[in-house]
Amino acid sequence: MTDVTAAGPTGAGKGSLLNQDDRTGKRNRAEGRFKMYGLIAVCIGIGMLVLLLISILSNGLSSFQQTTLRIQVDLPEDKLDKSGVRDPSVMSKVTTFGYAPLLRDGLVATLAANGIETELSDKDVAELISDESVAQLRNRVLANPDVIGTTIEVNALASGRIDGYYKDRVTMASAERDSNISPEQLQLADRLKEAGLLGTSFNWLFFTAPDASDTRPEAAGLGVAILGSLYMMLIVLVLALPIGVAASIYLEEFAPQNRWTDLIEVNISNLAAVPSIVFGILGLAIFINFAGLPQSAPIVGGLVLTLMTLPTIIIATRAALKAVPPSIRDAALGLGASKMQSVFHHVLPLAMPGILTGTIIGLAQALGETAPLLLIGMVAFVREYPDSPLDGGFFDPATALPVQIFNWTQRSDPAFVERASGAIIVLLLFLLVMNLTAIFLRRKFERRW
Amino acid sequence: MKDTNMTENAVTTDTPKITARGVQVYYGDTHAIKDVDVEIAANTVTAFIGPSGCGKSTFLRCINRMNDTIPIARVEGDIRIDGEDIYDKRVDPVQLRAKVGMVFQKPNPFPKSIYDNVAYGPRIHGLSKNKADLDEIVENALRRAALWDEAKDRLQQPGTGLSGGQQQRLCIARAVATAPEILLMDEPCSALDPIATAQVEELIDELRQNYSVVIVTHSMQQAARVSQKTAFFHLGHLVEYGETGKIFTSPEDPRTESYISGRIG
Repeated sequence: MTDVTAAGPTGAGKGSLLNQDDRTGKRNRAEGRFKMYGLIAVCIGIGMLVLLLISILSNGLSSFQQTTLRIQVDLPEDKLDKSGVRDPSVMSKVTTFGYAPLLRDGLVATLAANGIETELSDKDVAELISDESVAQLRNRVLANPDVIGTTIEVNALASGRIDGYYKDRVTMASAERDSNISPEQLQLADRLKEAGLLGTSFNWLFFTAPDASDTRPEAAGLGVAILGSLYMMLIVLVLALPIGVAASIYLEEFAPQNRWTDLIEVNISNLAAVPSIVFGILGLAIFINFAGLPQSAPIVGGLVLTLMTLPTIIIATRAALKAVPPSIRDAALGLGASKMQSVFHHVLPLAMPGILTGTIIGLAQALGETAPLLLIGMVAFVREYPDSPLDGGFFDPATALPVQIFNWTQRSDPAFVERASGAIIVLLLFLLVMNLTAIFLRRKFERRW
Repeated sequence: MKDTNMTENAVTTDTPKITARGVQVYYGDTHAIKDVDVEIAANTVTAFIGPSGCGKSTFLRCINRMNDTIPIARVEGDIRIDGEDIYDKRVDPVQLRAKVGMVFQKPNPFPKSIYDNVAYGPRIHGLSKNKADLDEIVENALRRAALWDEAKDRLQQPGTGLSGGQQQRLCIARAVATAPEILLMDEPCSALDPIATAQVEELIDELRQNYSVVIVTHSMQQAARVSQKTAFFHLGHLVEYGETGKIFTSPEDPRTESYISGRIG
């Protein structure tokens, strides 16, 4: 018996099952440690993401709210349309300088009518209103000349500092040191708020307005950038999807396996890893300098992003085609289907979810790409909306969402930090929608075999 | 080997459906099939037996030129169906495969409905004039494959939802629907349980009425049960070919005897 017990521990699994032996304990501890490392890594990753989202949301959410002033403005005929014919082309001779006093007088009169007294000069009072509001008033009058001679209510944008005051960016203390705003002006704004003449509302202009100059952060919007990005995505989708899918099908299903196809394969993989700014230089050299396409145009941006997206789409499509079991191809060929029939009737439908996912991921990448667009001039300050694509809008100057963010982060006014963060939120929302679409399409088209 | 073929020729009285002369197949540098001569008669079931890697599936895939899809495969020699060289330059393998149907080792229905699976071949070959025509072809094919009773109420359900044995019979129905003259079967029962196997074997025997059936099998019992002729392959050679009964009871070649009695393989 002593022999048996002595021999027991020497062989694996010879001891009692109820007592864990050293080796097993060691292995279990190693596994426990490994799980912990993994968990820590995941937690760090999630923590970073949460930090990022918190910082963006805390900085950017306020850009979806905008402070406005409700002002009664008189529009005297003798100042705005001396001829009295209400012809917008004649009326447009009156510049914003002609409208600024009207808005100022309107605000002063509104203060008086509501019994708000102030020691500030009329000029200081007028500083509560954004310069952009004057332009907006002029546009409104030119669009509808019938309002001349009447008194209208205007929802004027508050100036950037006043807007910042209600978003906790500007305080009484900071206003002391600020040449653009004084504590007295802030107090006046508070009294206007009490009287219900000043308030915040949802900032639709942020999505529709074009960019604004450095001194008017309150008026800066994403309209041109969203339109530009949309045009570029359309171009990328229309060009990259068919070219990429056709190239992948040819390479995967039809091309002979030889040195040339190997070379092409390696190069496509390498292209996917080329820094995006290189594509920008290529676009500048070929599309603008050689082909003579206009700068800052979505067509050039779209072409450059197409080049950048193609490898992604080709690689994803080839992986999707490879994942279709060969038995399906054999089955089709065995029935006397031609190669093309077997690909288009059986292989392609099965690969569709993968292709769509790859395409949308490629598009999402292109949507967030900044560097190549800087080189082809999309970083320009563009205030004119591009025309509709049917009227050659692809050739009009435009900017893009990520470039707009880049642009705003470079400006000095802290109000642009809010704008940039808001634009990041918009960009992330677009990406989220695209990824959800990818998941939805994958689920919808997914078939089991 | 020449002798076996001599005796074989004596057995076959009809003109053969498939004639192979001096067939060589290379996969890259590997010589997979070495100088195979065989004649396969119409309306018989011919079984190819032999150990794994002996080349029986490779030779089967020569008959409908499925080896063309493998880039490194090279076929030499002469294979004729009804006297026509199928490796002639003028022969389109797509047309050939409509004439020579194939059933694979693993059931591989398309991820479509049962109906669409069977109707696919007739559709691409334009075998039906209208919907009613096609319905009839599908029904006949499913009846031939002994699947009609089980499938008639679920024709629009996916073929991949069937059991393994049903899937294989669906694949047979799909092959039969294009009205081929020859049916090649590459270990059709290896993924099936004994009951499904029995059903498919019964089916193969019935199919003999209309087609030349060539079946590759690992199971000698199966070869003995379903075939009239048996060919024994070993290391790329066709060792012996003849009446199934004769191969299993009094093989001429010692290698055949060793394999049948279980000493090699």
